[in-house]
Amino acid sequence: MLDERELRVFIEGAERYFATATKVPAATEAPFLANPRDAPAMDMTGVIGISGTRKGLVYVTAPRVLLNNVLLAIGENDLSNDMHMDLVGEIANTISGNAREHFGADFMISVPVVVQGTLDCVRLPSHLRSFVIPLTWHKQRAAIVVCLE
Amino acid sequence: MKLLVVDDSNVIRNKIARTLQLENVEVIGTARNGREAVGLFAKHRPELVTMDITMPEMDGTQCIREILKLRSDTLILVVSALSDKATAIAALKNGAHGFLSKPFEDRELNESVAELIRGARRA
Repeated sequence: MLDERELRVFIEGAERYFATATKVPAATEAPFLANPRDAPAMDMTGVIGISGTRKGLVYVTAPRVLLNNVLLAIGENDLSNDMHMDLVGEIANTISGNAREHFGADFMISVPVVVQGTLDCVRLPSHLRSFVIPLTWHKQRAAIVVCLE
Repeated sequence: MKLLVVDDSNVIRNKIARTLQLENVEVIGTARNGREAVGLFAKHRPELVTMDITMPEMDGTQCIREILKLRSDTLILVVSALSDKATAIAALKNGAHGFLSKPFEDRELNESVAELIRGARRA
C-alpha cells in the first residue's frame, strides 16, 4: 500500500512539472482518501497504468481552462481540443515517469489514455486506497489521483 | 545540422521545435512514434535526433537501434519523463549521446543539444 513518503513523490512531481514547464508554481493541498465510486473527474483526464513491482494507476484530471492556460504559458498557439487532450496525458506521463526516481526502473508506466468528462471506463480498485492530491494553478483547480498496490 | 524530433506528445514536439534556437540546427521533421521516426530518418538522414522513450507502436529504445543501423554517427538526445538513473544509463548504453529529463526548461534543451554537438566535434 502507498505510504505518506511515496505520496510525497507525486506531490513533488506535480509541483516540479508546473514550476518548470510554466514558470508558475502550483499550490498542492493535503491528500485525502478518494471514494472509489466517486473519484474526481473534471473536463479531461490523463490516465497512466502502472505495472511491474507496483500495480495500479495514476491520473491527472483538469478543467479545460487550466489546460488552455498551461498551453499559453508554454508558448503553444494551438489551443484545440486535441492539444488539451495531449497535454493532460503528457502531464500524467511526466509525473508518473518522474516517480521512477523513487520507485526504480521496475515501476513501469503505460502510454497515457485520455478520457473526456466522466470516468466511466476507469475503475479505482475498491481493495486499494486511492489518494486525491488537489492542486491549484493560476486560480484553477485540478487533481492527481494515485492508486497503487 | 538537420534535427528530427520524436515524441508521442504533440505538445512536446511543438515545444522542442519552437524552443531550439541554435545556429546551424534546423528541425526537418517531427514523428509521433518510433516507426514514423525511422521512415522520416531514412528519408532525411538527419545528424541529430531528440528521442522520447515511452511511445506506442515502436518505443524509443528500439527506434534508437533502428536509426543507428541506418546511420551510426547520428547524435541522439533522449528526452524522457523516465528520469531514473537506470533509464538514463540504459539509453546511453543503447547508443544515445545525452539524456534530458522532462519537464525541462528551454535553456536546458538548448544546452543539451549544444553539448551533444560540441562532444561530437571533440571526438
